[in-house]
Parts: sequence; structure tokens; C-alpha cells
Amino acid sequence: MNATRVVTAVALVFTLTGHASAAGPADAPHGALSCSGCHPADRTAQTTVPRLIGRNPADIVAAMQAFKSGQTPATVMDRIAKGFSDDEVKAIAAWYGAQKD
Amino acid sequence: MAAKRTSRRQFLKTAAAGAALLPLPAIAQGAGGRVVVVGGGFGGASCARFIKRIDPRITVTLVEANPTFIACPFSNGVIAGLRDLKAQEFGYDKLAADPVVLQLSPGTAIDPQGRTVTLGNGTRLPYDRLVLSPGIDIRWDGLPGYTEAAAERMPHAWKAGEQTLLLRRQLEAMEDGGTVVMSAPANPFRCPPGPYERASLIAYYLKTKKPKSKLIILDAKDAFSKQRLFQNAWKALYPNLEWVSLSSGGKVTSVDVAAMTLVTDFGRHKADVANVIPPQKAARIAELAGVADRTGWCPIDPATFESKLQPNVHVVGDASIAGAMPKSAFSANAQAKVCAAAVAKLLAGGSPDEPKLINTCYSLVAPDYGISIVGVYRPADGQIKEVEGSTGVSALDAPSSTRALEATFANDWFKTITNEVFG
Repeated sequence: MNATRVVTAVALVFTLTGHASAAGPADAPHGALSCSGCHPADRTAQTTVPRLIGRNPADIVAAMQAFKSGQTPATVMDRIAKGFSDDEVKAIAAWYGAQKD
Repeated sequence: MAAKRTSRRQFLKTAAAGAALLPLPAIAQGAGGRVVVVGGGFGGASCARFIKRIDPRITVTLVEANPTFIACPFSNGVIAGLRDLKAQEFGYDKLAADPVVLQLSPGTAIDPQGRTVTLGNGTRLPYDRLVLSPGIDIRWDGLPGYTEAAAERMPHAWKAGEQTLLLRRQLEAMEDGGTVVMSAPANPFRCPPGPYERASLIAYYLKTKKPKSKLIILDAKDAFSKQRLFQNAWKALYPNLEWVSLSSGGKVTSVDVAAMTLVTDFGRHKADVANVIPPQKAARIAELAGVADRTGWCPIDPATFESKLQPNVHVVGDASIAGAMPKSAFSANAQAKVCAAAVAKLLAGGSPDEPKLINTCYSLVAPDYGISIVGVYRPADGQIKEVEGSTGVSALDAPSSTRALEATFANDWFKTITNEVFG
């Protein structure tokens, strides 16, 4: 009963604060919104930097781990990856994976 | 729209009846509250857009004096004749479609108690929360002899536009064999690696077009961003570039415009072309709002970017004191998104999350030679601090293929960020 009420309350808070979509900017986990400074949101963008939107979260997590360990050579991602914990990377990957165009 | 509002009201009713846990929205009137954003650069335009994306019920008004934004990043390439100023120009049409309400008039007064912004066109805008992203102003009292009139002879080109073109024309008009003298200010200032990227690209221009000329940088510092990377590159590429540090007498103490001379405690440097990058402060509107402190910059809460001096006023971008984050377009954009999320949460009566932010700054040493500095940041002890291990510059011993790749990434970054902010 209490649990149900909490769940309802959480759902209401989400609605009230505009958290209607599961993958909107309002739900972005820590750091995720910084990524789009380089990784384009726009599908038509012509850049060498890959898009993150709609990618398989497991692939993002694996890439970040490989950057962090130095297994994949990188220009900036080796340093950026070291700024995030495994849990943070997982949350960011899940959020980008859930976003649709 | 109407149906949506009804369902929200029902939720409110249910919430009031059922759950005392629910934080009540701070704003009683209007749908989601009113936010005014002053300054349409990388910080302000991003913030306006993201507030609207995060909570479409919020009415967002963007106040900006100029109908066209001229971006500073990559403007050093314009000075060196590598690109056109047009490539730096962006409009606000797409923001209007978001819809962000545009007020193309300067903010002239702010009443933080009455929560209003007055514009040059006479409009008075009430706000529930105000975001200032006004950028910088030159400290015209910061360097003896360097007045607004002096800047017409010795451009600063530290706000992109006519000043950028003026410096370019002066370089183009200079005879081969001339001397270009630059001065770089003490910290803090907009774009810490900027003076050294500019020096590199001017040196590139001189090397390719006027090889008998030389370039001197007079610096008020002994250390600067990406220093070893720049200096290694200069040694390899630009033998006619000389950097004079603070301890070698590089600090410019005054300028003599009539004599086209920059003066230090150790001597006088006559220039054929002089580029004075003067001391700076948060733009004037920050002072008018009462959010700038004695340093001239704006202290903020590191999680919400709310001013420490005035409640309900947030400051992002170059004007803010953002701890370890440099004053860069990337930082301003990242801060703006964090601030947007915080403003939306606060207006809805919630408490903002502890954020994490990234900065990435590319500099071009030559058109195909890029270097970078990055950092990941979070609030700690009331400031924005680096996450240990995340900060650093490009490898010192990287091959030319890596430098070329970073130059490509630099160009990609400019395309992507300007598209996110204005596209």
C-alpha cells in the first residue's frame, strides 16, 4: 500500500515536472547532456564523430570501457571516460539508447 | 493543448488528495512559469532551448541585442584569412520555432526584487527565474592607454565581428618584414588557449604570405593552456614567433597608440600591427543585476548556476565563476543545459540533481594541426572541481596524423555545437 503510494507519487512528480518521455532531456543522467556538444543529435550531420542517439547501450558501455583502459586509442575520449564511473556510463548509455529520432 | 492542461489539473487534484509527499509547484500563476534569458550566445541560446525542451509549459523569452550572433570559436581562422566571417554568423529563427520568444533589444536594467528585466525598446519583462549569459566586456580601465578609440588602431578582436575583420585587414595591409605584436592578459579571461591559437594562425599566415615578418607575444603570465603543445609546435613550425613570459618582462603595462607601441616595465615594443587582448570582466548587465562581485565576475552555486548574490538569477558561460571550468563555448553550452534542468526543476518545486559537466577545447596550431584539452567536472566543496584523472591535453608525442585528426574533430565540433545551439 505504501509502496504503491510512493510509486504513484513518483509518477505524478514526473508528470508535473514534465518528465513525460522516458528519454527526454529532463531525464538525462549526470553528464549526458554534455555529450551532444560533439556527438551530433541531428541525423543529417556530416561529421566524423558518431551519433549516440538510438545506439545499443552495450556498445556505448564497451566503447567507454575500452577508452578508459587505453585498449582503444583515442584523442579525447580516453580522458573523458576517466571522468565517469561504470554506473554513470551505464546510465548515459541506456538514456541515449532509449532516445528516438 | 487544452486537454493536456485538464489532465494535469486532474493529476494535481489527485496528488493533493493522495500524496503529501508531493512537492508543490513554486509557481501558482501561469502554466509552468516565466523564464527570461539574457544573452543569445552559446550559453544563453542553449539554455533557452533546453528549458523549453525539458518543460514546454515554461514560457521562455530570449533577450539579445543583435539579430545575428557572431561566434568567437574559429574566428582566429578568419583573422588568418582561412575562413570567411560569414561562417561565424548564426541567426535565431530556429529558436523562435521552438518556441522561444525573441526580444531583439538589449537588456538595460534588472530589478531582482521586483523580478523584471527592462529592455532598450522600453519593454518590461517579468520573470520567475532569470538566466544571464551575457559574456564579457573589456575592462576599458584595465590597461592605461587602451581606450575604445585605441581599439580602432590596435584591435582586441576578442568579441568576433568588425574587430575580427579589422585585425585581418591590418595583417593583409602590412608589408612583408613587419612586426606583429600581441598582448595576452592575466587570468581569468575568455578562452584561455585563444591567444596562443591566434598567435599560431597569425604565424601561419605570415609564414605562407609574408615570411620575412615576425610575431611577438607579450604575456602577463608565466604559464598558459596547452603550453608545451603550443611551444613544441611553434619550435617546429614558426621560428619567427617569440613568446615573452611575465618573468621575462612580457606584461604590458600601457599602450601608446599614437606611437603604435606596447609598453612593458622592461621596454617598448613598436608594432606594425598590434593585437591587444585586454583584461576583461562579466558584461555590464551582470553588474546592473547585482550578480558580479569585486572581481568583476559572477559567483554561482555549482549545481544550479544560481547567483550567490541574488536569488532567482542564474549565470552561465564566460561571466560566471565556474571554478575549474574554463571560459569556453563548450563550457557555456554544457553549463546552460545543467542550468536549464535546474531551472525547470526549481520552477516545478523539485530539487535539482548534482550535475556532471564536460569541457572540450580544440585549438588549431595550423589548418591541419589540432590540439585539445578536456575535463570532466562536478560540484565539490561549493565549487566546480575536476574529476580526478579526467583532465588533460593531447599527447605531446603524437604523430602528425593524430594532429590532423584533431583538426578534423575541431571542425566537426564547431558544426555540431552551432547546430545544437542555433540549427
